[in-house]
Amino acid sequence: MTLANDTVRLSYLQAIVEAQREEMRRDENVILMGEDIAVYGAQSLFEEFDGTRLRNTPISENSFVGVGVGAALTGLRPIVDLTIASFCYLASDQLINQAAKLRFMTGGQLSVPLVVRTSTFYNNRTAAQHADRPYPLFMNTPGLKILAPATASDAKGMLKAAVRDDDPVVIFEDINLWNKKEDVPVDPDVLAPIGKALVRREGSDVTIVSVAGCLPHALKAAEVLAERGISAEVIDLRTIAPLDSETILNSVARTGRLIVADNSHKVGSVASEIAAMVCEEGFDTLRRPVRRVTAPQVHVPYNGTLEKQLFVTRDKIVSAVETLD
Amino acid sequence: MSLDSDRQLEAFRRMVRIRLFEEALIAHNPVGHLSIGHEAAIVGACMALRDDDYVTGTHRSHGHPIGKGAEIGPLMAEIFGRRTGICKGLGGSMHLTDARMGLICESAIVGGGFPLATGAGLSAQVRGTDQVSLCFFGDGATNQGTFGESINMAAIWKLPVIYFCENNGYAVTTPVATSHGQPDIARRADGFGIPGVAVDGQDVEAVHAVVAQAVARARQGEGPTLIEARTYRFDEHSNRLAIPIEYRSQDEIEYHRRERDPVALYRAVLCERGRQQECEAVENEVRETIDAAVASARESPEPEWADLWDNMYASPPGPEHARGDRK
Repeated sequence: MTLANDTVRLSYLQAIVEAQREEMRRDENVILMGEDIAVYGAQSLFEEFDGTRLRNTPISENSFVGVGVGAALTGLRPIVDLTIASFCYLASDQLINQAAKLRFMTGGQLSVPLVVRTSTFYNNRTAAQHADRPYPLFMNTPGLKILAPATASDAKGMLKAAVRDDDPVVIFEDINLWNKKEDVPVDPDVLAPIGKALVRREGSDVTIVSVAGCLPHALKAAEVLAERGISAEVIDLRTIAPLDSETILNSVARTGRLIVADNSHKVGSVASEIAAMVCEEGFDTLRRPVRRVTAPQVHVPYNGTLEKQLFVTRDKIVSAVETLD
Repeated sequence: MSLDSDRQLEAFRRMVRIRLFEEALIAHNPVGHLSIGHEAAIVGACMALRDDDYVTGTHRSHGHPIGKGAEIGPLMAEIFGRRTGICKGLGGSMHLTDARMGLICESAIVGGGFPLATGAGLSAQVRGTDQVSLCFFGDGATNQGTFGESINMAAIWKLPVIYFCENNGYAVTTPVATSHGQPDIARRADGFGIPGVAVDGQDVEAVHAVVAQAVARARQGEGPTLIEARTYRFDEHSNRLAIPIEYRSQDEIEYHRRERDPVALYRAVLCERGRQQECEAVENEVRETIDAAVASARESPEPEWADLWDNMYASPPGPEHARGDRK
């Protein structure tokens, strides 16, 4: 017997597998599809569930995402593993023109309870065609819910919430977090809510909004800043769309300063949207200009020394905060 | 698996419904891609399906719900952009999707329906029902990647899907002959290890027979079939589209209108079987239905600003959804 507050030590990646296992046990309409899932990612699920609900797909990203949409329209709750986030471009027609639009275009007759999981493969020496963090592109599409969990508990709880949601959800996982372990709730009904950011560390001098895998860097930056007498509040965004504007605005209303840490490219980034939103709706509370800490507007190089310099680090966040004095 | 006497008249009724629906649009609201010429292909295919079978369609969408037996009023209101339309005036002419009749998508992205129909077939298989899914597409769509990708998945998983090509010979103005390495579309099935059948798309009973056979195969778990119905579009790609060149000859168009009109051909068959009076009764009844639908659509209200927000999500994401803009 498990108790409501029991936890188990799991990595971010193990937490994802457990979420899938629990949701497949809970609801027989949950299926899992993707390339090579029988070998990578879902091996242990094949021991428990038969091949009817687990589909190793051919390399046809646009179509197998669309197959997930069609299955979602007709009674299933598919989880489609799109493996690497740069593959989203191949599937973007089915994601944007079908999954995101079909409910609206049919006047609410249909719903698309689809989950697309995909991993951002940056800092991994895979070069520019495998290393994108393309969530801002999809943030610009109404109808999609975009999640970016930064902890093992959220990786589990948000995936489970996504499976139970009746709309299309895209989850951007982060391979830099895959091995990070944490005590994760055992209770299969513990969900992490969609659309709610979380204050991971309270502070009063500056708000650091962290997008996706920036969280460990933002928390470390807050420690360094504390040693320097600066009290930083760290908000883990968790959901990119819909944006939890309220949590961000409430924090900035107290701190008067905002840094957004986001590993997507700077132009049209999630950081850009948050900066614009705060300038429109919280301008009176800002005491200093908003700063974005993002990847620059160049492609990800193969060379590891150069690649590491592209992304958000503790020190970049600290430096950005220090420019606000 | 041939159509019995009642079903023959029902097939004729649905064909006439499509024809008069489209003629009403030419007269009253000239928007859209008309299905005149395609009636036998569409109705023959739909008559082989059950109400709970799934259908995906195309930008040339009007015929599909009518062929599947949908109510005319909400379809007409949709084309007029009204709130009483089947999609509340948010989808329109290229997207006449009546989910009550098993339609799950009318995609105006060419080839967009292949994966969706395949997914509906997967869903039926996983849920253990004997439903099938029928995917309407045009000859142009066979050059999209989703054609091969999706049929391949249906083939390896033996999904209950019928891929039904309304081959009217032209992708807008581009002929099949100059855009297809293998212009015999049914033969493309060989590449996926599934049956491919070509049929006269102007003969509703012939179409029904081949689709019924494919449906039976699919229900028995034997997998998908590719069907190519050779048909002809009597009007231009869409109403009001300027066509600066003569990409098909007037003789060709006139020949099809005169000799290959599917509604006239089937009417002649039924009259030969002594059913002229019944045909006339159907025609009168459909004319009244269409006239009433146009009158009702004209008087119906337009959708409201709030409808834009109310139709976005099945699980609304809370107050953050459209802060400010909604008002």
